Amino acid sequence: MIPVVMILYQITAKGITTMDWEFLTSSMPFSFRREGGGFLNGLVGTAIMVGLASAVSIPLGVLAAVYLVEYGKKNWLAKLIRFFSDVMTGVPSVFVGLFVYTALVIQFGFGALMGAASLAIIMMPIIVRSTEEMLKLVPNELKDASYALGAAKWQTIVKVILPSAAPGITTGVMLAVARAAGETAPLILTALGSYQLTAKLWGEPMSALTLAIFDGARNPFAAGQARAWAGALELLIIVLVFTMVARVVVSRSRISR
Amino acid sequence: MNDQTMVTGSEEINIPSLAGVAARRAAQDAAQAAPQGDSGDRSGPSEQPVFTVRDLSVHYGKNLALKDVTMDIRPRRITAIIGPSGCGKSTLIRCFNRMNELIPGARVSGEILYRGENIYAPGVDPVVVRRHIGMVFQRPNPFPKSIYDNVAFGARINGYKGDMDELVERSLRRAALWDEVRNQLKKSALDLSGGQQQRLCIARAIAVEPDVILMDEPASALDPIATVRIEDLMQELKQDYSIVIVTHNMQQAARVSDETAFLYTEVDESTAGRWGILVEFGETGQIFTRPRDKRTEDYVSGRFG
Repeated sequence: MIPVVMILYQITAKGITTMDWEFLTSSMPFSFRREGGGFLNGLVGTAIMVGLASAVSIPLGVLAAVYLVEYGKKNWLAKLIRFFSDVMTGVPSVFVGLFVYTALVIQFGFGALMGAASLAIIMMPIIVRSTEEMLKLVPNELKDASYALGAAKWQTIVKVILPSAAPGITTGVMLAVARAAGETAPLILTALGSYQLTAKLWGEPMSALTLAIFDGARNPFAAGQARAWAGALELLIIVLVFTMVARVVVSRSRISR
Repeated sequence: MNDQTMVTGSEEINIPSLAGVAARRAAQDAAQAAPQGDSGDRSGPSEQPVFTVRDLSVHYGKNLALKDVTMDIRPRRITAIIGPSGCGKSTLIRCFNRMNELIPGARVSGEILYRGENIYAPGVDPVVVRRHIGMVFQRPNPFPKSIYDNVAFGARINGYKGDMDELVERSLRRAALWDEVRNQLKKSALDLSGGQQQRLCIARAIAVEPDVILMDEPASALDPIATVRIEDLMQELKQDYSIVIVTHNMQQAARVSDETAFLYTEVDESTAGRWGILVEFGETGQIFTRPRDKRTEDYVSGRFG
């Protein structure tokens, strides 16, 4: 608890001085020495790469979890998926970056798609295992009720099992998104980082908030370090707001469904 | 009802898809509507049973759970299944709508004819069976959705095209719940009391317009007042539906049912195997006052169980 408070205090106190409208709406100056500018390029990069990674890993991860709980159960394929999910959760993220680097970047160059691929690989096992646990918690009575009303299996999954587990699934997904938004190492090897604001998905490197923070923090110039603190505060707020919005949406939908 | 959706060309001969059943059911209903007024003698001996059970046995894995049950269940009657714990009552009732096969390892042999068609014949889709034969469970199990959505659930998945508001109101009225919830249909079903939840589950089952309603100890989790309401409701419902109820409460069986089946556990000393058998089946009055079998007599007179 105490470390959390200290981290929050440090980031807020040091970041707030540089955090202004200019910081939020402009990209980095071409020198760390120069003051002004901001991390818009990193913000956009993070949004694009985490968005792409989520678009792939959330549906795939949830589908895999549905397969594990409702179809595979204990067959060899389900066991294999579970085993690799567990292994993947424990793999240091820099290895994922290295894997994508050798598999894709060497051939196609640095870019947003490569960064998104590495983030998706990191998110997937977290989503699969947390969703699986949540689906297991759906009581059999609810499934029975659905089947007894003449629902087919897919209807039961779509209309009863997934909605019942939605709050828990969302929590797990949020965890994965927050993890991806905070990843640095795999992005160094895949998106590389950039001073420029870009929305091109491949062919040129892309920045991310974490990459911009990393670059700013490791150079010796005060202006660059100040931007890194503000960037850290920005990332913190984004993850916090995102989590809170998801919580609210979930609690609302549970009542009205 | 769109019974035939699952039928593919090559299998047509093999599939009694229960399509004929709806028509037959309608014809029977019309025939029965004619001599109304005398509620006691609606069913003559020539009347076709809703269920004809022949040599029904159920295994869970290698264990025999229910052995050679043979019985006929008559329409628009309440048939009670009684017996001590573990005698296969729930197993038997779950065979009537093929819910047993959701349990891994469950295996059914013998046959159950539903209005003349074997629901265990190869090619029969259990989903179609369950649209004709509704079920209410021991513990109230409303979906974590609004009251309205709970009742509308079955109709929606079956592609109901009519007026949903009207269907929900009608079903809730039939389940004697409308007056209590009419102003809070959007509220979560989980906010209702246990007794209300169980009546909601009955409304939900009625909303798909089934032919038969199976009830697996529907009042065992409820207080006495809620129980009475459910029992009254069953008397109402038997005007239109055939009801099969499992109960471990003999007074309840005696109060509500027209016919009673007594199941009992048979034990094989050499293998320590235990399975349920049907000991006696007949008019409720006869079972409780003049049982033919010694075991029935012992059970209904409270000597054990």
